[in-house]
Amino acid sequence: MSNLTGPNIQLNELGQLHHFLTIEGLKQHHLVEILDTAESFINPKTREIKQVPILRGKTIMNLFFEPSTRTRTTFEIAEKRLSAQVESLDIQTSAAKKGESLLDTLWNLQAMQTDMFVIRHAQSGAAQFFSQHVAPHVHVLNAGDGQHAHPTQAMLDMFTIRKHKGSIYDLKVAIVGDVLHSRVVRSQIQALSILEAREIRVVGPKTLMPESPDAMGIHIYHDMEEGIKDVDVIIMVRLQNERMTSALIPSEKEFFKLYGLTKERLALAKPDAIVMHPGPINRGVEISSAVADGPQSVILEQVTYGIAVRMAVMSIIMSNAAQLKQHHAEQEAAQASLNLDDPLTLDAIVEANS
Amino acid sequence: MTELDIDVSSLLENICEQLQSRAIFSQSPKMIGIRTGGEWVAQKLHEKLALADSLGVIDISFYRDDFSKIGLNPTTQASDIPWEIDNQHIILVDDVLYTGRTTRAALNEIFDYGRPASVTLVALLDRKGCRELPFQADVIGMSLECSQTIKVTGPEPLVVTILDKQEEIA
Repeated sequence: MSNLTGPNIQLNELGQLHHFLTIEGLKQHHLVEILDTAESFINPKTREIKQVPILRGKTIMNLFFEPSTRTRTTFEIAEKRLSAQVESLDIQTSAAKKGESLLDTLWNLQAMQTDMFVIRHAQSGAAQFFSQHVAPHVHVLNAGDGQHAHPTQAMLDMFTIRKHKGSIYDLKVAIVGDVLHSRVVRSQIQALSILEAREIRVVGPKTLMPESPDAMGIHIYHDMEEGIKDVDVIIMVRLQNERMTSALIPSEKEFFKLYGLTKERLALAKPDAIVMHPGPINRGVEISSAVADGPQSVILEQVTYGIAVRMAVMSIIMSNAAQLKQHHAEQEAAQASLNLDDPLTLDAIVEANS
Repeated sequence: MTELDIDVSSLLENICEQLQSRAIFSQSPKMIGIRTGGEWVAQKLHEKLALADSLGVIDISFYRDDFSKIGLNPTTQASDIPWEIDNQHIILVDDVLYTGRTTRAALNEIFDYGRPASVTLVALLDRKGCRELPFQADVIGMSLECSQTIKVTGPEPLVVTILDKQEEIA
């Protein structure tokens, strides 16, 4: 997984997002730009998210190699609210079945005038792999790859926290559950630490905890009561049964007894603590219905904010592409102006200023 | 370069008088200011005219026709129109009417909310002769030559300064 690191895989020569593959390696200003832009899509009074015409004429293709309800639907809504043309492909039922290689599928879809791919895949690193093989003007967004990353989910979580707490800075956050298998948690931890949360705790049984907590800047708690004491934010994570290859927990009932979030346990956190869950929730396994539907739960808000945050990421990437093009035109103009006899000079200058 | 401060309050008075004499004024018109300068002007007008409904504000950043060239404006905020647009008489306020492109974007956004009964365009200042699209304001505080560049600062105090470009070049 270490070969997925580094800032260069998703930034253009101006240091701006070109793809959005992972939170890792991004600077605070990248994340704040996403949060601020998301804010601009939401009516401050009605919380309504209005359709805007900025991606008119752009084609965005959603490639879901793994099932998804929330992420896929909110991506589609976000794309439509930006006025893009949207195509969603269920890969399980398409050419992949007929033996076409992944790259051939990708290149064919790219030839259909696609400007952006949104990709979910069970394999860690899949989005990055795609990003290395698309044309320079095509962008790739990671909608979840294996156990690696789910950056838009992490950003919508940061957005929800910021909405309630004003900022991420100095907060104590507890993430409870299956941390080991969760790409969401991996991205959340990176985002929380870039945005300078005071303390990031992960809570769960030994079998579901990461191996190198110190390198991730997190504190591990095996005791739920201790782990959520005095925190500002509790993030519950689903047990990823589909990614568990062996028996890591005795039973779901046992898990709830030890780590389930109940009203009584929630009382140990700060009185104004918020409860989050990236979904889908397993009622009675990691969270009780009383908490999931209770006053401190912001689970459904997360879903709504997911639309605005995904709109933000997509519009920032297309905006960056426009600025890069402008930058290149200006560079060309500057270079041409060095030689005023060059007949192309005037054209280049006009182009740069138009 | 010469700098000339404009007497904003007399321009605002002038605009209010013109608006009050229009037929729509008796039909409970609703006002929208275009962020940022137009919002400041609209706040003043809205107060002076004592309009019943609260002021609407639109941010046209997402409606600009040069997104594919320059990208997003980093200071973009959500538009806020707190009432229905359908069948309402709208007073649309901007600080400076210049190429007409802002007006185009604002009208497109307004029509995304609904179908107004009418739109009356108000500009504090009109830079004549540089229009790139066929828009004229219904109510103007003051007309200027195209060559005169304008700086508007606000919201409190609202100050308009005219910079004479020709002299600047000379």
